[in-house]
Amino acid sequence: MLENRRCMTEPLTTDSHRPYWQRNLRLTAGLLAVWFVVTFVLPFFARELSFRFFGWPFSFWAAAQGALVVYLLLVSYYARAMNRLDHEHGVAEGD
Amino acid sequence: MPRAGDPTTSQLSAAFRHRLNRIYLWYTLGFVLFVLVFGALEQMGLPKRWIGVIFLLSTVVMYACIGIVCRTTDPSEYYVAGRRVPALYNGMATAGDWISAATFIGLAGTLYLQGYAGLAFIIGWTGGYCLVALLIAPYLRKFGQFTIPDFLGERYASHVPRVIGVIGAVMCSFVYVVAQIYGVGLITARLIGVDFVVGIFLGLGGILVCSFLGGMRAVTWTQVAQYIILIIAFMVPVVWLSVKQTGVPVPQLVYGSQLEKLSEREQQLLNDPKENDVIAAFKARAAAYDTKLKDVRGSLAQDRRDAIRAVEELKAVNAPLADIQAAERALSLVPKNEAAARELWTRLRNSNDVRAQPLAGMPPHGQQYEGDPNGNPAQVRAYDESRLNFLALVFCLVVGTAGLPHILMRSYTTPSVREARESVAWTLLFIGLLYVTAPALAVLVKFEVFNGLVGSSFDALPAWIANWSKVDPALLSVVDVNRDGIVQLGEIKIGSDIVMLATPEIAGLPYVVSGMVAAGGVAAALSTADGLLLTIANALSHDLYFKLFDSRAPAARRVILSKMMLLVVALAAAGVAAYKPVNIVFLVAGAFSLAAAAFFPALVLGVFWARTNRWGAGAGMAAGLGLTTYYMIRNEPWLRGVFEIAAPVRLWFGIQPISAGVFGVALGFAVMVAVSLLTPNAQPQARTFLDRVRYPNAV
Repeated sequence: MLENRRCMTEPLTTDSHRPYWQRNLRLTAGLLAVWFVVTFVLPFFARELSFRFFGWPFSFWAAAQGALVVYLLLVSYYARAMNRLDHEHGVAEGD
Repeated sequence: MPRAGDPTTSQLSAAFRHRLNRIYLWYTLGFVLFVLVFGALEQMGLPKRWIGVIFLLSTVVMYACIGIVCRTTDPSEYYVAGRRVPALYNGMATAGDWISAATFIGLAGTLYLQGYAGLAFIIGWTGGYCLVALLIAPYLRKFGQFTIPDFLGERYASHVPRVIGVIGAVMCSFVYVVAQIYGVGLITARLIGVDFVVGIFLGLGGILVCSFLGGMRAVTWTQVAQYIILIIAFMVPVVWLSVKQTGVPVPQLVYGSQLEKLSEREQQLLNDPKENDVIAAFKARAAAYDTKLKDVRGSLAQDRRDAIRAVEELKAVNAPLADIQAAERALSLVPKNEAAARELWTRLRNSNDVRAQPLAGMPPHGQQYEGDPNGNPAQVRAYDESRLNFLALVFCLVVGTAGLPHILMRSYTTPSVREARESVAWTLLFIGLLYVTAPALAVLVKFEVFNGLVGSSFDALPAWIANWSKVDPALLSVVDVNRDGIVQLGEIKIGSDIVMLATPEIAGLPYVVSGMVAAGGVAAALSTADGLLLTIANALSHDLYFKLFDSRAPAARRVILSKMMLLVVALAAAGVAAYKPVNIVFLVAGAFSLAAAAFFPALVLGVFWARTNRWGAGAGMAAGLGLTTYYMIRNEPWLRGVFEIAAPVRLWFGIQPISAGVFGVALGFAVMVAVSLLTPNAQPQARTFLDRVRYPNAV
């Protein structure tokens, strides 16, 4: 990748930037996989997953509440993990 | 917040946060006190109408005051609130921005009517935030300009994506803002008893004072205030209902058991002979229109003769004037020609057909999808189609969320990339409070209607039914179809837009709660409308005028131009809303399809695939937006009427036009990749741009 080499000569993208971006991509892909399962795979099997769950049919509960809880965990985990990653790779604002 | 900069700035921002905490804490307490005082006054005999007027006016005046206090002409303040809104407050403002009239007023009603199918909106409108957080918000913040077309124009170093971005932003935001203004008109008409159009312009005043004077800065701080009101207003009636029905004040935890009881009651009603009477009555009516439609010309002539004779007979016997006028009105309502008659009778036949369904046309609340995967071929088909449409709608809503300019714009107002990421998590928490509660509300209200209203006597109908029918009979009508004096479920016709607003009355709560819910609905509509109007005005003034035509325009002139645009767009939107376009829910969901197709592929590929170039982006955006628009206009009944489409409806894979974005997004991605690969990769500038947005410390 010619472009990459060009960038590395520039003052602001140092050696630690490439692995930073790779780790960011891996984290993003992993979280999106979980997101995909909750958003599309569970509803796809909604009829099959209608066993009783504290009074709700399970898939009803999953769509009405469970998915939301998972989303919240995903987003806050991403924020925390990325803020940590910024510091490990020395790319945080102000570093 | 260490590392946020030198100690003085971080100390300053900490002081700023403390001040905000104090202000909004007092504000919340003040609002609660206000509600309690009027609750007490109601008990002492303050008339209901006064409560409605006072709640609406005092909240709108307060938003206007915040707007006046925050007025500004500084571009950074006007466009992005000075980029110093802390994550928590930015999250709350985004939540206010996000929770629109469609969510506050319409969502619980949609869930009430559709059961599981309505949960597509819950998943879609929350799941989208994962895409915003992971794929878009941090990079937009790092880019740090003013608008979304800005980002596209800069990334692709071309005016083409910028201009298509402006078109997309204006299209979807305008559609969306019309829905908000409609919501305000509906609430004021019911609560103050003024005409619908007057209500619209009252609401418009509230919207304009804020965004016109103070831009993003005023809008942000008002949205926080509006969020606080709307979330309290949404929670109180649900908690109250929950205590009333189950004794537990946490509806989200206990409505599962109510859902079980509701399902039992549904089975009872399905086997109730009186319900079957009502269904038979509607079937007979539909059949009568069917007969008329077989000979339109003859039936029309007959109808006209009957109506004329009725008027003449009344005049001959000197009947009271009111009777004669009523007969004359009936005569004037006879269709003018055969085409009109055919149209009217077809519509009436279909609407009677719809009402001749078990459970008033609602599916059993907990049932996932229509049809039956193990039944006959028709049932299997219905099952597959309804499941596919559910997933397609979810797709359009999640992707559309990550493409709606007025939401993405909020990434610009945080102080840092770090806070942009945290801000999305806060937003999701704040909107999640409402989205977790709405399905509970739907079940509890349905339980109340099925057990309280159904089976009660027509002599003792509660007053709210008459009051709401007066606003718009299409929203609520309860008529004794089988003339047995008892309300059957099939005799209640309820529109999704009033379930939430009528909830306090359905549950028999004090009127002050109704006033509060109405104020919450207005807060939801105003806060979203503010954000949308700003988005449109900024796209036109900043991206079109400043970037394209006059790049040396002084800052002050840009802000003034933006304000003028705002005024024009707001008036135009009010004009459209005054026509009461029938399919308001469709329009809102349609805005998501448009946003998804116009923005999502170009934004995501722009950050994650360096090879995307200006030709790919331009072609992909145009193709996606074009295909989505085409599919909607071609297949959606209301739009077909507006554009006078005669060609038959042709659905692809049975996907409803509301989810047209599925095709638009797919085509957008495909075209973007293909065209980018086929055209030269000639952008060193793109590389610099990517380094700048990908790494938080790059300059």
